[in-house]
Amino acid sequence: MNIKHHPDDATLLAYAAGSLGEAASLVVASHLAWCPGCRTTVRCAERLGGTLIDGMQAEPVSAGVLDRCLSALDDAPAAQTPGTHTVAGDPALPTPLARRLGCPISQVRWKRVAPGIQLHDLHLSPGARGRLSLMRVATGRGVPEHGHSGSEITLVLSGSYTDRFGRFQPGDIADLDLDVEHDLRVDSAQPCICLVAAESPIRFKGIIARLMQPFTGI
Amino acid sequence: MNDGQTLTGEELSALVTAVAKSRDRAAFARLFAYFAPRLKAFMMRKGADPATAEDLVQETMIAIWNKAPLYVEGRGAVSTWVFTIARNQRIDRLRRENNHHYADIDDYDQPSDEPGGDEVLMDRQAGDRLREALAELPEEQMEVIRLAYIDDLAQSEIASRLRLPLGTVKSRMRLAYGRLRQKLEVLA
Repeated sequence: MNIKHHPDDATLLAYAAGSLGEAASLVVASHLAWCPGCRTTVRCAERLGGTLIDGMQAEPVSAGVLDRCLSALDDAPAAQTPGTHTVAGDPALPTPLARRLGCPISQVRWKRVAPGIQLHDLHLSPGARGRLSLMRVATGRGVPEHGHSGSEITLVLSGSYTDRFGRFQPGDIADLDLDVEHDLRVDSAQPCICLVAAESPIRFKGIIARLMQPFTGI
Repeated sequence: MNDGQTLTGEELSALVTAVAKSRDRAAFARLFAYFAPRLKAFMMRKGADPATAEDLVQETMIAIWNKAPLYVEGRGAVSTWVFTIARNQRIDRLRRENNHHYADIDDYDQPSDEPGGDEVLMDRQAGDRLREALAELPEEQMEVIRLAYIDDLAQSEIASRLRLPLGTVKSRMRLAYGRLRQKLEVLA
């Protein structure tokens, strides 16, 4: 995989810190599964977390906690090894997404939101902010000029598109700031399927409305 | 108990190895004495009440026992590994209802990630250098790091807390990371 577009370092740092939202975290985790360079960045950023733990001012722990831990420990050697998980779902997808989706991408139930544009929302935990969706855009189809009123992060899963930032192919990330405007066009023979996390659902609805505007006149 | 005792990176690493190889409970108790009070403080800063913080400490410590055989010495300090376990435990608890586990990079590591592939992360002195680098960080950069890592604020929340544009928060995080990364690369 020849990945050219990566998440912002600030996004990777927030991911490592554990303070990136659930939707954006799944997009970043999926990119990481495909991108060794960004895994290195995240590992560096995790070191920072370790150093901060070392520096925490100790908070006395109740006397019973150690005993409760000790009585819960299993003496059997832990047999678990990394990389032996059987991953449910589509092997063509990055592991974190495949696990979350639980079915091949061919079985996704798409909802048409505009001509040539289909969407499938992924379920988030209660209280999670934002929206996580798969988006499928037909060949030659453009998504008209739109801005983002909240942060939005997109991972290309298959196909490709071009906008003023360049050409985005599988593994590439568009990590767009507030107020960035772009006008993208799918240039692959197959439809372009992306995973999109938007920070605020209301704002994202705004984007969908604007997407649909030229077609439906909403 | 000797709360808040200090141990060197080598000592911590030897304790985790003893837990992994010989299921050594005394070694576990020493790890507990070092990490449990720090983890409790960490969880409380993130908004957990003392009882919930202790539950999370307990879950994290038990996970340390269970995952000890997976700890890869050359990949990073024990504290870093413990930080990722604590982070994941806490996020998994927040998302428990849906079984949406935090996708840790250890779950899908590639062979190229094994020590040897990543010299930047290997040096034993890296922890000290990182501490120095953190101490030298301008306060405005350290502040966004603390708010993201310890107080668990999203970038947009940091922006509104500090009354700064989101772009400024992001650029401070980027600058801080750049300085720290540079320190780690000097070692490679």
